[in-house]
Amino acid sequence: MAQSFTMKGRKWSPPPLIKNPWIRYGLIIGGLIYFAFAISTLNLDPSRIQRGIERSGRLLLAFLQPDFATRGSIIFTGMLESVTMAAISTVIGFIIAVPVAFGAARNMVPTPIYVVCRGLIALSRTFQEVIIAILFVVMFGFGPFAGVLTLSFGSLGFFSKLLAEDIEEIDEEQVEAIRATGASWLQMITFAVLPQVLPRMVGLTLYRFDINIREAAILGIVGAGGIGSTLNTSLRRYDYETSSAIILIIIALVMVVELTSGWIRKKVQ
Amino acid sequence: MPVIYQNGTRIWQVRNQKETLIQYALWLALVVLMVICGKFIADRTTWVFVLDAPRQGAEMLSRGVPPNFGYMSRLWGSLWDTLTIATLGTALSFLIAVPVAFLAARNTTPHPIVRYLGLLTIVSTRSINSLIWALVLVVILGPGVLAGTLAIALRSVGFMGKLMFEGIEEIDEESVEAVRSTGASGAQVLSYAIWPQVITNILGVTIYRWDINLRESTVVGLVGAGGIGLQLDASINTLRWAQVSMILLVIFVSVFISEWISAKAREALI
Repeated sequence: MAQSFTMKGRKWSPPPLIKNPWIRYGLIIGGLIYFAFAISTLNLDPSRIQRGIERSGRLLLAFLQPDFATRGSIIFTGMLESVTMAAISTVIGFIIAVPVAFGAARNMVPTPIYVVCRGLIALSRTFQEVIIAILFVVMFGFGPFAGVLTLSFGSLGFFSKLLAEDIEEIDEEQVEAIRATGASWLQMITFAVLPQVLPRMVGLTLYRFDINIREAAILGIVGAGGIGSTLNTSLRRYDYETSSAIILIIIALVMVVELTSGWIRKKVQ
Repeated sequence: MPVIYQNGTRIWQVRNQKETLIQYALWLALVVLMVICGKFIADRTTWVFVLDAPRQGAEMLSRGVPPNFGYMSRLWGSLWDTLTIATLGTALSFLIAVPVAFLAARNTTPHPIVRYLGLLTIVSTRSINSLIWALVLVVILGPGVLAGTLAIALRSVGFMGKLMFEGIEEIDEESVEAVRSTGASGAQVLSYAIWPQVITNILGVTIYRWDINLRESTVVGLVGAGGIGLQLDASINTLRWAQVSMILLVIFVSVFISEWISAKAREALI
């Protein structure tokens, strides 16, 4: 009996990812129940999907014939507005982020300032840009101004978090060396801390510009300026040829900016 | 390191004259560009509204604080929809992204042309924001959770596919070689040599994206694609600021919880 067992050998199977069988099967069964329940609340209506497929055919046809010319000038100013918003808010966000980042670095400031700055960063990172944009639109009225404020606020959180982490990890010896010369706090920051953290910031600025371009393309949907409002209007008016043109331009712009910023980042670093 | 002699003393400088000039020219160009951008934005701004902002903000705050906690009883449904959009969207995206990633990875692709098709799928879905997907899908499918789920799924394919195929390209080729040398078929190589190496990365990316998707699914409702965004839109349009602040609080808490879950789950994976 034992002999034949060793002769045949045991079939080997790879070890499971989750060792404990109770947790493993519990997760699988729980997941299946959840998915079944979630899909049942989706309100899948076959007749509506049927109509949707018909409509998507028409939409697809229109999307294959993008119309750049009819609304050309509106599209152009919309795109220009988006790009401008993205550019200026990247710079504004960065400028405000530098002091906030110092406030959010544990090794630089007393605890109360640290808590306030970290709170600001958490607030900016939790909410989607679009939600912040709605509130700013209510406060500052329709137009790119609200968009610039939104994107600056978003960039602020992004830059300060990364910059603060860099500042917390700097080489203390250089700080010590500058401080030993009798330098003031401001001199210590300019000559010991900033030279250590700024080079990486060039890359991050370009990366954030990338993100801001993407966001600036949609903020118009809630009225915060840029191409998004034109896109929204064209879809509402069944002018799908124009919508298609706008979406294609957005894709092209995002790709060009991504490639360029990647190329510059490689050059700089 | 250039050194300038001035009145007999040596002055140390970081850059030589030419580099300094270039540096200044670049800064000047940036400043000029920003002034032009600022002017462009300023021309398109209605300043009356901007000057009115402090009053508007104060009014929003005074009417929004404290939040209307009683409104919570009507938010559970939307919160469930938001969770459904994020989770089903991520699951659907997982089903599409994994094969696309294997087709796009240099070491597992069946043919270079297929690889470029995979890369094209990844790049193009990544460039379109989920809100744009939602706008288009609401036109096709009508408003509702389904449009939101598909919007989230399509947006995530690019993101997840990119991170997954980069993970697949970084695997250890020696164990692939070892399994292949036993005479294993392509499917066996995939399941015994490649899959075990990439599964933690693939699951980690999925959980990470789920966390982002929960955040994004809170806004797809603004264009009618279901979830808590619908409620937010309605409350803002009717200027019920106590409801708005309640919804923002709910979003804040749920994003916080999802981030915690995602961090814990990814920790458990490694």
